[in-house]
Amino acid sequence: MSDESKKAPYIVPIGPNHPALKEPVMFTFEMEGEVVREVDFAPGQAHRGIEWMGMRRNPVQIVHLTDRICGICGVSHTLAFARAVEQVAGIEVPERADYIRTIIAEFERIQSHLLWAGVAAHELGFDSLLHLTWKVREQSMDVIENLTGNRVNYGIVQVGGVRRDIVLEQHPIIDDCLGTYEGLLGKLLSLFLDDKTITMRCRDCGVLSKKEALELCTVGPTARASGVNVDLRQDYPYAAYGDLDVRAILPEQHMGETHGDVYDRIVVRLLEVGQSCQIIRQCLSEMPAGPVTAEEKLAKLLAICKKAQGEAIGRVEAPRGECFHYVRMDGKDAPHTWKVKASSYSNLMSWIPMLRGEQIADIPIIIASIDPCLSCTDRIAVISHGHRSVLAKEDLHRLSVEKTRRLQR
Amino acid sequence: MTPAGIAVLLLWCVVLSFFALAGGLFLLGVDRKLAAHMQARIGPPIRQPFIDVAKLLQKENVVPGNAIPGIFHLAPVIALASSIVILFYLPVGSILPVLGMYGDLVLVMYLLTVPALAMVAGGFASGSPYATVGAQREMVTMIAYEFPLAIVVIGIAWRIGAAGLSSPFALATIAATPIWTVVGPLGLTGAFLLLLVLAAVTPAELSRIPFDTQEAETELAGGLLVEYSGRNLAMFYLAQGVKTLVLAAVIVAIFFPWNLSGFIAMPPWLALPADLLFFLAKALIVLFFAVTLVRVGMARFRINQVVSIYWIYLSMIGLLGLLLLMADAALPALVGVGP
Repeated sequence: MSDESKKAPYIVPIGPNHPALKEPVMFTFEMEGEVVREVDFAPGQAHRGIEWMGMRRNPVQIVHLTDRICGICGVSHTLAFARAVEQVAGIEVPERADYIRTIIAEFERIQSHLLWAGVAAHELGFDSLLHLTWKVREQSMDVIENLTGNRVNYGIVQVGGVRRDIVLEQHPIIDDCLGTYEGLLGKLLSLFLDDKTITMRCRDCGVLSKKEALELCTVGPTARASGVNVDLRQDYPYAAYGDLDVRAILPEQHMGETHGDVYDRIVVRLLEVGQSCQIIRQCLSEMPAGPVTAEEKLAKLLAICKKAQGEAIGRVEAPRGECFHYVRMDGKDAPHTWKVKASSYSNLMSWIPMLRGEQIADIPIIIASIDPCLSCTDRIAVISHGHRSVLAKEDLHRLSVEKTRRLQR
Repeated sequence: MTPAGIAVLLLWCVVLSFFALAGGLFLLGVDRKLAAHMQARIGPPIRQPFIDVAKLLQKENVVPGNAIPGIFHLAPVIALASSIVILFYLPVGSILPVLGMYGDLVLVMYLLTVPALAMVAGGFASGSPYATVGAQREMVTMIAYEFPLAIVVIGIAWRIGAAGLSSPFALATIAATPIWTVVGPLGLTGAFLLLLVLAAVTPAELSRIPFDTQEAETELAGGLLVEYSGRNLAMFYLAQGVKTLVLAAVIVAIFFPWNLSGFIAMPPWLALPADLLFFLAKALIVLFFAVTLVRVGMARFRINQVVSIYWIYLSMIGLLGLLLLMADAALPALVGVGP
């Protein structure tokens, strides 16, 4: 009986603001000594009402709003939204625009994964590696700025194509950057994967089994690190990916086995940097000539969008996994419905099995290991009369049935 | 002791205290600058720790609602005072230990635990879960590194004692007879291993990466110190500086006790500052290898990993060093009984 009282769990709150968290989310840990016994989390601390703003604007305006859903995967959201609208309005995107979209999306993946690697090193207390990775990341940011005009919130994708062409003079700059990263990749891999302390901290830490990964519908590198062979670029190719040879990166290709731990997530992300370099090279050499947009004049484009009726989804493999946009248009300026599901939304629940039974020391790196993007994920916050409330599955189901009935009327 | 003697003693203590505060902050500044350069950053100016302390002293001193105010306020004072006191028992440059006749290396070992214990008390008194976890980790870390530390101290003093010197634990004796001059080749290896062990204990004593689990910024948001602010935090920061100087002084006193005035003849008025500067240079080199280089090149360990590293690996290395020193002491005797 004294065992019970000695081991009484105590509560450690982490968040909404904490140095381990890059964005606000509230964790409640039930601890036993240094070991996590139970964990719960509450997102919804960074709700910005972007969908509400969008449903009062026309698609050309919304594209630039989607750029601001996420600071890192701007292209993924704009691309997913543009693809949804293009399908509804029946706009055929020129082939060259598809290639440019692919190139920018892959550069985004490179800089996002390098950013993540730095954050992961920092969570482990390895600040030298943080400074190194963020230093080499700068070159991809410079190239993105050269191609789009912006370091973040690129504003390059437009419904029907892209707003800027990649001219021949820009090829050497891209080549130079890719060469740097291909040369660096081996060094980065050995720095992260052969380092004794990183291996000690990450191997068999935060394990997500393949079964759990499938049951929780995880996406992107989080799912692939657990051995699930999913990658939208391979499964449902969009933009130029249909012409390219893209295969999902799985940890066993590099390590020979899959653990589904934090270490494997590092492996997958670093290897994807190399894969992105190859994809960009292939795109550059195979890029066809032609226009970069289906309709240059915005007034005409708006008229086409205004006439559009119907619904469609746009799916894009963002650096963190599948990014999903649903758009329903009914012949008005603004879309009738616009729903965004950021990739982190599918991955957040995998925190629970990953964190259970781990040590306090591993909480930061496990939380970071799915590369959470909470501001992009937060779609709803229920506050009435100054009081926050949580909607359970039954409530959400009831609300969605009611909404469907309303739509059917 | 005559009143005049006591007055001189007190004067020395005051002078040394100021030297400890300034020297400690200077070492912290150099550490930050060197680490920054190794990480391809520019880094803050070397006087940054002085600026930080000056700023903290002006800031509000917040006491959390569920803290125990008495212990909460007492802990930083004890931490700072006890760290400074350790320096009175250590040789600094050519200044022999001021209180050398009242205590030896064993006392220094005990005193080294006092600042850590003060931090533990302060952490528990903060009434924050982060500080509580940090305090538990600090205790575990202390338990982990005390054994290797004891092996080093006992090993060196025993070998000096075996060389026929009286009072081997007195720091004046250790400083006067560097361990390297007493031992043969076996003993050199052994002493070198013990030096490695002591260097590995240093980051844990100073709670620096990879052994900074008790403060772990990304995990515990500062751990032990999470609730401290203003004057109290400034005192802990000063204590950290003084502890850095003290740890360097311990390594220098045991393993590198040479003075510049021992090599080059110089007038006494020049010898004192020259030796002090030489001491600071030695401390810097020791800290560069024991703290800065290590913290730049490694990730943070988990607390259970810290324990196994100290108890298994470093204790093994320490015991091996001790065995080598014993073999070294026994060897001349064995040769002596031969033909």
